[in-house]
Amino acid sequence: MSDGDEPAVTGEEVRKVADLARVDLNDEEVEQFAEQFEAVLADFETLDEVPEVESEPDLVNVMRADEVREGLTQEEALDNAAQTEDGYFKGPRVS
Amino acid sequence: MPELNAYITEERIEGADDGPLAGKTVAVKDNISTEGVETTCGSKMLEGYVPPYDATVVERLKAAGATINGKANMDEFGMGTTTETSHFGATLNPVDTDRVPGGSSGGSAAAVAAGEADLALGSDTGGSVRAPAAFCGVVGIKPTYGLVSRYGLVAYANSLEQIGPIAPTVEEAAGLLDVIAGADERDATTVDEGDGSNYAAAADGDVEGLTIGVPAELLEGADEGVVETFWDAIDDLEAQGADTVEVSMPSVEKAVAAYYVIAMSEASSNLARFDGTRYGLNAVEAGDYDDLAEAGNWNEAFATAREEGFGPEVKRRILLGTFALSAGYHDKYYAKAQDARAWIKRDFDESLEQADVLASPTMPVPPFKLGEGLEDPRTMYLADANTVPVNLADLPAISVPAGESEGLPVGLQFIGPKYGEETIVRAASALE
Repeated sequence: MSDGDEPAVTGEEVRKVADLARVDLNDEEVEQFAEQFEAVLADFETLDEVPEVESEPDLVNVMRADEVREGLTQEEALDNAAQTEDGYFKGPRVS
Repeated sequence: MPELNAYITEERIEGADDGPLAGKTVAVKDNISTEGVETTCGSKMLEGYVPPYDATVVERLKAAGATINGKANMDEFGMGTTTETSHFGATLNPVDTDRVPGGSSGGSAAAVAAGEADLALGSDTGGSVRAPAAFCGVVGIKPTYGLVSRYGLVAYANSLEQIGPIAPTVEEAAGLLDVIAGADERDATTVDEGDGSNYAAAADGDVEGLTIGVPAELLEGADEGVVETFWDAIDDLEAQGADTVEVSMPSVEKAVAAYYVIAMSEASSNLARFDGTRYGLNAVEAGDYDDLAEAGNWNEAFATAREEGFGPEVKRRILLGTFALSAGYHDKYYAKAQDARAWIKRDFDESLEQADVLASPTMPVPPFKLGEGLEDPRTMYLADANTVPVNLADLPAISVPAGESEGLPVGLQFIGPKYGEETIVRAASALE
């Protein structure tokens, strides 16, 4: 999205982000999203005016002992998978 | 009355024989896992998904004697303000069935408002409990971040969301919060401030001497009838002995932009898990293939499943979140949004030094007509202006019915300091 004041969003840019996010889109979606993203990104641009604020988040580490305990059985873990083989999840080929 | 479509799955889960919720029915939002009962998040992606375990809040409901009477309809993965983005169709507002019930926990609020459930659980990432409570004329609480376990809640934006109660009265909402609040070793973000709570006892209506801060920025641009109803309610509280002060929070004007950058960024990461391999819509079904081998490589198969499984609003948010986190834009959008979040927190801290609670209209507008907002996502996002600052600041807030404008419910939101649940419950109970 270009460097101008108003971000102009092209279909090509929408397709690039969709590719990164692993979501296929049809042509109609690409066109509609390009238009809608322009308005939303214009709102996001206004964050440029936000002052820098010193903040010290009160975070604490939460630790526990790493102990073996009951979990799902193999059968339970596979129960919602559409594709399984020999007790394993079956995924698509890697390349 | 036409069918409200408040539930995606109507199935009864019986709890313990006795307990504080014995004899009560509770509708549970469909992004909260129920062992053995379908949990779809309002998405085609999870149609047919049956969790092998209960969320912590579900365990607590059952132990308290509640009967869960169904899984409530919702905007897909919680992404919406109207419950119209559900794959299972819109829920209607029982007050006016031509209008939306608000969202994303619209099924939960509609079920309670219509008497189809005594109580309900929703989840609130940017107002998703308070918005539907306001639109349906019931009470909803967004607890302080960490008060309620999110174990078993299907994540949308972890740093913002909390599970919260919806009920016909403040006391019942607070009582349901008492059941679900408290530390949980399975959610490391929980705190022990909610252990052994008795928030319900705070619903005593005593606002004598309470100082209510009204941030002028949260009234700007709100619907005239809503604003009028809001001030009538404030007058009522003053008549009961409360004091009102105006407070200024310039940061909240950036809250919607900051919220959407952060929520969408977190969503793009959280929803990466839905690829159809371990659960959810698989590429074979999505692409109508005979065999997985036809679905192409890993990336192609996932993209096919995700195209078919996700609706337009979910795709929009995943894409915008991916964009906001991508190389070259992270500092411009995500880092800036975190600055805005810190600024908003500081403004709340300062305002809550001048007042015990803050008050605003929950929603700046009356309930939308069905279909009105779907065309223009940006207008929908702006309707969240008064609710999202609270999530960004990790604070508790309650929406309580304040009256009506043109026959439609108006909700008033009280915002409290961190772990100030008793204060907001007390203030809200004075309006009943």
